[in-house]
Amino acid sequence: MRRMSEAIHVEELHRSFGATRALAGVDLSVRRGSVLGLLGPNGAGKTTMVRILATLLRPDAGRAVVGGHDVVSQAQRVRQLVGLTGQYASVDEKLTGRENLVLIARLLGQSRAAARARADELLREFELEHAAARAAKHYSGGMRRRLDLAASLVGRPEILFLDEPTTGLDPRARLSLWQLVRRLVAAGTTVLLTTQYLEEADALADEIVMLDHGRVIAAGTADQLKARVGARSLVLSLTDESQLPAVAALLEAAGGQPPQVNGRQISVPACDAGLLRAVVRRLDESGLKVDEIALRSPSLDDVFLALTGHATGEDGGEDGGYVPG
Amino acid sequence: MVDMSPADGPADGGLLAGLRQTGTLAWRTLLQIRHNPWELGDFSIQPVLFLLLFLFVFGGAIAGSTADYLQFILPGVIVMNMVFVTVYVGHGLNTDLTKGMFDRLRALPIARWAPLAGRIVADLVKQAWSIILLLGVGFLLGFRLGTSPLGLLGMALLVLTVALAMSWIMVLVGVLARDPEHVQLFGFTALFPVTFVSNVFVPVETMPGWLQVVVAVNPVSQLADAARGLLVGGPVLGPALWSLAWALGITAVFAPLSVRALNRRLARG
Repeated sequence: MRRMSEAIHVEELHRSFGATRALAGVDLSVRRGSVLGLLGPNGAGKTTMVRILATLLRPDAGRAVVGGHDVVSQAQRVRQLVGLTGQYASVDEKLTGRENLVLIARLLGQSRAAARARADELLREFELEHAAARAAKHYSGGMRRRLDLAASLVGRPEILFLDEPTTGLDPRARLSLWQLVRRLVAAGTTVLLTTQYLEEADALADEIVMLDHGRVIAAGTADQLKARVGARSLVLSLTDESQLPAVAALLEAAGGQPPQVNGRQISVPACDAGLLRAVVRRLDESGLKVDEIALRSPSLDDVFLALTGHATGEDGGEDGGYVPG
Repeated sequence: MVDMSPADGPADGGLLAGLRQTGTLAWRTLLQIRHNPWELGDFSIQPVLFLLLFLFVFGGAIAGSTADYLQFILPGVIVMNMVFVTVYVGHGLNTDLTKGMFDRLRALPIARWAPLAGRIVADLVKQAWSIILLLGVGFLLGFRLGTSPLGLLGMALLVLTVALAMSWIMVLVGVLARDPEHVQLFGFTALFPVTFVSNVFVPVETMPGWLQVVVAVNPVSQLADAARGLLVGGPVLGPALWSLAWALGITAVFAPLSVRALNRRLARG
């Protein structure tokens, strides 16, 4: 019996490249119509996971079922259901945007007229009409990603894999891509997204799975993960950096815990709701000046640091899928 | 829920669909030329330039007159050009592999062999175009067909057959090379001696004895001989059979090697 509510089901997935274990027993599950964010630093195994789910790579052990079909024994059926946009699944740079989309539609068995209509529809939807007749190699980074995404949607996939869809994009292009992804999800597409950006997983994903060295180190909603790190913190931004030591002493006196300093920002765990009031009163009395006082919930960066002992950006290794074997 | 779909078969629609997909992918490769006209120049202008240069620079010295040399050199240049054009298979395949287009195609529900077959078919179209172009220029320069249109057709088919076989070597190079530039570098470094140490440009009689031996077994020489026989006249059967034997041998060795190397590269991640 398969549960209809599950779009992707992964059990004990293993994959090694030579001596490197890219995936060391991963379990995960994605509800139909939801977005799962697969979060982790380079080398965590994210790309390997996506490549296995998209049938580009075989697992060494374990099972992966996508849309009710096994990715190994029913690979061709899986391919009919999924779309892949990734750092490494690309378009033909020498062809125009429209030609790229027509090519894929034709490969999917559409008639010439239907293929052209679908291509034009996607070009319109992705705001690429003005560049439809230009070769993809002349596209900007953002346009290129939109074309990549459009190319993976030609066959109207039920399940979409996005492998680091916004890596290297400027903030505006990133936001525009996020909008597109949200629209797809609203229309019922299931999305599995890998990212190194905690902010991105936070913004798009219903649930997050954190990978590190091929293992799941945490899973849950963004809020659940943040709750694991615990308390919120009180963050103060100073106008005058020379007042840092005085403000630090004041915070320690009010909260009883040594504060952390980061540039002009200084923060202290806010376990007690009364802390904010106490700090404001003391600041007032002391005459010290601050720009901003805020109670901040922990970011996913904090979660990652707390769970792994290293920050997301620190692991310099290549992504698991590209370790030479 | 009970899964009512039949057990997994070739959901891609079988051989016919695979052939159609191959056609579509070949069309794609040829479409690239439209946006990169210099590529067309590569396999159009270059061979014509070779033909003209050899004809007018060496013709008089080698054959006494350019008219006589044209009869000798045209079939040779057709064969030489065929060898060089095979590099496009490796170059294109490697570009697809390194730039991610191959993954895009493999993630589609299409026949597993279609991407590779599409490359090879597109290459054969380029080959056919080069042959027609060279023959056209040759006739304009005064080439006289010594046989019959049937001989001409036979020459084209034989050259295309050997091209198909040699494509497998370039598929292997394309799979093993790190980037497209390396394919080109390797391709031309290996192919220049193979084409020049042959009877393409000059008769073998003036070469040192040991070199004559090498030239005689070179498949390029065999094919050039066969092409001359089919276009100008002279012995055909021997060199044609040798060429076919070479084609068969190259395919038997390089097709499995290439496919294995490709699968290994893809399994690497």
